[in-house]
Amino acid sequence: MTEITDVGWFEGASPDDLSGAREAIEHGTSESPAEWPARAIEAGFATDEGDYYEKLREATIAAAHEQVHERETADDQQLKHSIRAMADCERTANELAERVAEWGGSRYGEAGSGVGYARRIADGDIGEGDESGDRALRSLAERVVAVAGEADDLRAYIERTAPAVAPNLSMLAGPVLAARLISLSGGLESLAKQPSGTVQVLGAEDALFAHLRGGAPSPKHGVIFTHEYVSGTRREERGSAARALAGKLSIAARIDHYSGDRRPDLQRELDERIERIRSRGGDSE
Amino acid sequence: MTPSLPNGVERHDFDGTTAVATRGHPEYGEATDGEYRRWDPYRSKLGAMVALGMDTGLEADQKTLYLGAAAGTTVSHVADFGGPTYAVEFAPRPARDLLDVADHRENLFPLLKDARKPESYAHVVEPVDIVVQDVATRGQARVAALNRRFLDGDGRLLAAVKARSEDVTADPEAVFEDVVAELRDHYEVLDTEQLDPYHQDHLGVVARPLE
Repeated sequence: MTEITDVGWFEGASPDDLSGAREAIEHGTSESPAEWPARAIEAGFATDEGDYYEKLREATIAAAHEQVHERETADDQQLKHSIRAMADCERTANELAERVAEWGGSRYGEAGSGVGYARRIADGDIGEGDESGDRALRSLAERVVAVAGEADDLRAYIERTAPAVAPNLSMLAGPVLAARLISLSGGLESLAKQPSGTVQVLGAEDALFAHLRGGAPSPKHGVIFTHEYVSGTRREERGSAARALAGKLSIAARIDHYSGDRRPDLQRELDERIERIRSRGGDSE
Repeated sequence: MTPSLPNGVERHDFDGTTAVATRGHPEYGEATDGEYRRWDPYRSKLGAMVALGMDTGLEADQKTLYLGAAAGTTVSHVADFGGPTYAVEFAPRPARDLLDVADHRENLFPLLKDARKPESYAHVVEPVDIVVQDVATRGQARVAALNRRFLDGDGRLLAAVKARSEDVTADPEAVFEDVVAELRDHYEVLDTEQLDPYHQDHLGVVARPLE
């Protein structure tokens, strides 16, 4: 512990204007505690202990208010934007990759598809010619690779941040599906307020409205289909698996929104529930 | 048998039921009678330790550092009878409720900080008589060790160890043994007691820092 880090939060703050104290409370550090009240009085920041605690209270409450507000409003909205951006990047990369494939097929005869084909053109594995047409196609292929890379970076960002915003939901759904659900319902709060039947079909709105208009069968699942517990379950039991998963995801979203506690038990309960669904009737997988 | 209570914590009669209570602004729908408010041991691990008669060393007007204040249920009672009370909570959502609790108390200082990073709040918190550890995360003994620096020589660590936070699948008794053994590197453990029937798979620990 050095003298340098031993600086109390009040040092540098003005005793008459505590609005700047947030910075000091939020970002200051010290290796060890010290008799801060006595030091503050010595330094002329406070007249006596009562005065010191009054100022400390005002500063800590103001700082916590601002931090809470910032973290609450920022996080799930940031997640919403980033997952939408990731989807845009993936879709755009795939669309452009198909254009590259079509163009490349006409030029080099060697057919391929997807981002992988575009990457081979960008790397010069296919069509190493240097006519202006080759250069134009290679440039487009490079954009495809870059946009696909952006989607990967956004995915990594989501995998880092979703567990902080919604730890239980991310634990059960995986960070990307958690972010999709938050994005589809507009935020963690609105997701927490939705009944689990709605969570079950989020992302299947077209099918749901076709059903409500009459005629079409009711959708059994929306985006939660991407979860292994739904997609990896036999078709006949998929509806049950989707309902069980959606139920646990709703509970997780509510805990994340209202309490913020971590509940590792949820995972075990879900695992057991799916296990039971998969092992009933028919031959088990 | 009626175990002795810390000064400032009293037994009070609420509609025919005698319960542990403090005096202050009600916060979480607890029973009240005048300025008395019931300290519900089912809602508060520290409340359960007090109700079970553990010798916590709690007294009126002590300085307290409370780790894992959450929505402020327990820390509201601590601030009712204690002195300057520093409440550390990292999650923003419960902290919003904690702010309401702080609004009603002159001696409660909320800090939106990570209890695993004491250097991020040691520039605000002074040395204290009591550290309450109510952080339900893996590595509860480590959090206690890291926050040893805030305790005066004769101070007390009051910890509520949650077995399921360490390992959901392990036997709680085995988890408690491990956590207490790890605590002994930095503390002299004075008393332990399971918090049944108020809290399942929780161990209350009273300890004093080693020199």
